[in-house]
Amino acid sequence: MDKRDVSLTVNGRVYSARVETRVHLADFLRIEAGLTGTHLGCEHGVCGACTVLLDGEAVRSCLMLAVQANNRSVTTVEGLAGDGDLHPIQQAFRDNHGLQCGFCTPGMVMSLAAYLDEDPDPDEAGIREAISGNICRCTGYQGIVAAGIQAAAALRGEE
Amino acid sequence: MKPGPFTYHDPSTVDELVALLASLEDAKLLAGGQSLMPMLNLRLAQPDHVIDLNTVTGLEGIERTATGVRVGAMTRQATLMSDDDLTAVMPVMKEALHWVGHFQTRSRGTIGGSISHLDPAAELPAVALLHDAILTLEGPDGSRTVPIAEWPIAYMIPNLAEDEVLTSIEFSGWPATHGYAFEEFARRYGDFAIVAVGCLLAVEDGLIVRAAVAIAGSQPTPSRLADVEKALVGQPATAETFQDVAQIAKVVEAMSDSYVNGAYRQRLAGVLVERALTRAAARTRDAN
Repeated sequence: MDKRDVSLTVNGRVYSARVETRVHLADFLRIEAGLTGTHLGCEHGVCGACTVLLDGEAVRSCLMLAVQANNRSVTTVEGLAGDGDLHPIQQAFRDNHGLQCGFCTPGMVMSLAAYLDEDPDPDEAGIREAISGNICRCTGYQGIVAAGIQAAAALRGEE
Repeated sequence: MKPGPFTYHDPSTVDELVALLASLEDAKLLAGGQSLMPMLNLRLAQPDHVIDLNTVTGLEGIERTATGVRVGAMTRQATLMSDDDLTAVMPVMKEALHWVGHFQTRSRGTIGGSISHLDPAAELPAVALLHDAILTLEGPDGSRTVPIAEWPIAYMIPNLAEDEVLTSIEFSGWPATHGYAFEEFARRYGDFAIVAVGCLLAVEDGLIVRAAVAIAGSQPTPSRLADVEKALVGQPATAETFQDVAQIAKVVEAMSDSYVNGAYRQRLAGVLVERALTRAAARTRDAN
């Protein structure tokens, strides 16, 4: 079996493991790092549930190999909340019924985190476009869009 | 759904890469991974070897040339989209990229990957056709160039030998006064296009002096609509002209699949050609 030593920083902590080169980043995060907040829905880049930040940029973690993330920095949904406090995006999802079963939520939240970082003052169309690559089968998206708008305001320091 | 076993290679130079390609049997090149990784995960592709292009130096970058702009094959779609110099030379690129997947895939997806994968519905090969791109390939016998018109051979098969790799794409520029537009129809935003149409127009004294119209999604390979272009040149850049040439686009060869029949694709081709030309004309600055 073709194996490599892979070491990456996830949410500020270094995780190292010797893994098969065919292991994708999402499985590394879930199995080797034990960070099961990143969800796997489709594993072919369609559902968006596995979205994480790679050096600050949103990527599908099922569409890259763990070995390709060697020595790089990843942020997962576990890295957002402070000590006991929800991140403003997470709080907005809670306030607006932005989740029901919660399966798509990590990908939604990480997509919005990346998007709001680039565009802090988006309109509703911008938020809809930002989450167009994330599939939710429960909420009908209205609550998620409302959460995105509230989160953007909160991150700008408005109430 | 996990990739089957393969041996991973991470060359650091183009020479190493070409040597690997020449020596390995059944190797696949991994660019941005936004098409190959799904195929590996679904085991539609089960290569013995995967050669990662992400570790090879010198394959990324955007530079102006005397006649246009040269882009390294591993340049990310997100990078292309945010490059103001590139947008100044060929604004249709940014407009087309808006339709390429989602921002979460454009962060990894590359221009060379898309052009080599050659999905019939892909936008970037159509952009390359509009700007008469020249592709540079590296192989065991050195480099060779292929004009984009000779690149698609058949459905998802480019003019690329098994031991070759696409390393850069040179787009030829148009006069700064040209108009452009990229139109697409898909069932959901970010899905594969059912039909996509891009066009470039140059106008002098109210008359069209040069036109490029490319279509993707309708046929097994993307192509230029030469009949439409011919019908445009010399005509006034008016709504009537665009309605007339849309009739030509409506009889373009179009394939049927399980979701959409050929007649619907033809109808879309006519509608999108007219829309694209109308928007491009509005953006044209008359050269006189």
